[in-house]
Amino acid sequence: MISVTGVTKRFGDYTALDDVSIEVPDGSLTALLGPSGSGKSTLLRIIGGLEAPDSGRVVIGDEDATGVPPQRRGIGFVFQHYAAFKHMTVRDNVAFGLTVRKRPKSEIRERVDELLEIVGLAGYQTRYPSQLSGGQRQRMALARALAVQPKVLLLDEPFGALDAKVRADLREWLRKLHDEVHVTTLLVTHDQEEAMSIADQIAVMDHSRIEQIGTPRELYDHPTTPFVMRFLGPVTRLGEALVRPHDIALSVDARPGSHEAQVARVVHLGFEVRAELVLGDGEEIAVQLTRAEADELELAAGDIVHVRSTALLPQTEPDPLSA
Amino acid sequence: MTVDRPWRIGLRTLALGYLALLLLVPVGMIFYRTFEHGVAAVWESVTTPAAISSFWLTIEVMAIAVPLNTVFGIVMAMALARGRFPGKGILNALIDLPFAVSPVVIGLSLILVYGINGWLGGALADAGIQVIFSVPGIVLATIFVSLPFVVREVTPVLKEIGDEQEQAAATLGAGGWTTFRRITLPAIRWGVAYGVVLSVARAIGEFGAVSVVSGKISGETETLTLLVEKRFTNFDVAGAYAASALLALIALAVLLAMTTIKPRREEGDA
Repeated sequence: MISVTGVTKRFGDYTALDDVSIEVPDGSLTALLGPSGSGKSTLLRIIGGLEAPDSGRVVIGDEDATGVPPQRRGIGFVFQHYAAFKHMTVRDNVAFGLTVRKRPKSEIRERVDELLEIVGLAGYQTRYPSQLSGGQRQRMALARALAVQPKVLLLDEPFGALDAKVRADLREWLRKLHDEVHVTTLLVTHDQEEAMSIADQIAVMDHSRIEQIGTPRELYDHPTTPFVMRFLGPVTRLGEALVRPHDIALSVDARPGSHEAQVARVVHLGFEVRAELVLGDGEEIAVQLTRAEADELELAAGDIVHVRSTALLPQTEPDPLSA
Repeated sequence: MTVDRPWRIGLRTLALGYLALLLLVPVGMIFYRTFEHGVAAVWESVTTPAAISSFWLTIEVMAIAVPLNTVFGIVMAMALARGRFPGKGILNALIDLPFAVSPVVIGLSLILVYGINGWLGGALADAGIQVIFSVPGIVLATIFVSLPFVVREVTPVLKEIGDEQEQAAATLGAGGWTTFRRITLPAIRWGVAYGVVLSVARAIGEFGAVSVVSGKISGETETLTLLVEKRFTNFDVAGAYAASALLALIALAVLLAMTTIKPRREEGDA
C-alpha cells in the first residue's frame, strides 16, 4: 500500500503539488492521469524519494518513508526514457540491484534469466541497450526494477517515448504482467485511454491537485468536475450541460427539455455515425449515433431535429475551461 | 550535406594540406633533424646527466599534477553539472582563469605568494619548505596552468548524459559511491580521457609559468621544455631537437595508454 497525506511541493514560486493525498491499495494498478504540468510526475518522484516534499507524509507498506532515501524505500522505478545503463549488457542492467545487494552470483544469474523470460527478452542477455528497440529497452527497465522485488512499482510515463502500436501492445502486456506479479503499481500517464484500459483505479490530476479518484467506470460515468469529464472522453455542450456525444438523443419532434438544431454534416464512420449540428444559439455540437438510429431518422444535412441529453449529469456549475 | 565530387576532393585536399603544413611537416622535421647525424649522437644527447634529470623531473611533475587535476576536475564537473549552489556562475568563470591569464603572469603571481618575500613564502621558508626555485613551485605552476582541462571536458558530458541513470541506480539500492563508480564514471570515461591527454600535453609542454618559478637549476629544476630552450639558445640545435623528440615520445606514450581504455564497441544513443 502507498499512502500519501497532505503533500505540498514548491519549486521556487511554482507550486507543483498542493496538499495532495492519495491511497494506492495493495496489489492494485493505479494510474495518475493528468495533462503535462499537473504535478503527476512530481508526486511519483516524491513517492520514489527522488524529490523531497515541503510538507506532508509518504507511507509505503506500513513504514513512514518520508525522508527515507530512495535506496531504502523498497521501490522499483521505471523512467520515461528508460534510463538504461548504456555501458552494461542487458544481463548486467537487470542484475544491477542484486549485484549492489551482493547476492550470490548463481542466484543473480538465475533470477535475471527468469525475469528476462517473463518480460520476453530471453536470449538477449549479452546485448547492449543500444541494440534493443524502444519497447525492448523499456521491458528491460521493468525487469531491472522488478529484480529487487520492490514493495511498489512506480512507472513514470513508461510508454510515453514509444510509437502508438508498440505503446498499445506494451499496455496490454503490462496489464497481464501485473495480473501475474501482483506488485502494487502506480503509473503516471497523460493518455486517458491508457489509464482507462489498464488501471483498477485512476486519480485525475490538474493544477497540482487531485481532482477525483475512482475506478475508470466511476470517473467516466460520474465525473465530479467538468475537467474530469472533459479529460476522460469527448464531450459536447448542450445548453448549460456537458454531455458525451453518445448520450444525446435525436428526434424529429420536440420533447421535454429538447433543443432545436440543424444538421450541418453527417459523417459515416462504419458502424458509427457522427452528426454535426448547429443549435438555435449558433453553438455547434457533435452527436454520436448508431447506423440504425441515423437511418431511422433519415438524417441529412439541412434537416431540423430536436436534441436532448439522455444522461443525468450534475453539470450545472459553470465550466472554468471554456471561460 | 551533399557536396559535388570535385568540391569534395578540393575540400579534402585543403584540409589535409592545412594539417600537413601546420602539423606534420614541423613534427616530421624535428624527427628528421634529430636523427640526421645518426642514432648514436641522439642517444648521447639524451643521456647526459642534465637530460636524464630533466626527463625524470618532467615525468615527476606530470605524475603529481595530472592525477590531482583529474580528481579535482571530476569533482568540480559534478558540482557544476549537478549541483545547485550560490556562486556557481562565478566558480564556473574562475575555472577558466588559467586559460585567460598569461602563463608568465601565473608564474609571477606564484612568486608573489610563495616567494621568500611573498605572502606565504616567509612562513614556509621558516618551516624549511622552499617552493619557488624548487620542485614544489614547478608542480604548483603546472597544476595551475592545466587545471581547466578535465573540468571542461567532463562537464558537458555529464550534462549530456543527464542524471536519470544515476537516479535509476539509486532506486535500485546503489549508494553514492557505488553509483559514481559503476554508472557515472563509465559514462564519462571518454571525457576524462580527453581531459587527461590535454592535461598531460600541457603539463609536459608548459614553458612560461614553469620558466618563471623554476630558477632553471640544471640537474635540479630544469624540465625538458626548459632544457630544449637552453640548448637552443646555446646553439646546441641538435641537442634541442633530441630533447624535443623525447617530449614527443612522452606525449605519444600517454596517447597510446589512453587508447587502451577505448570501449570494445561503439555504443549508440541508447
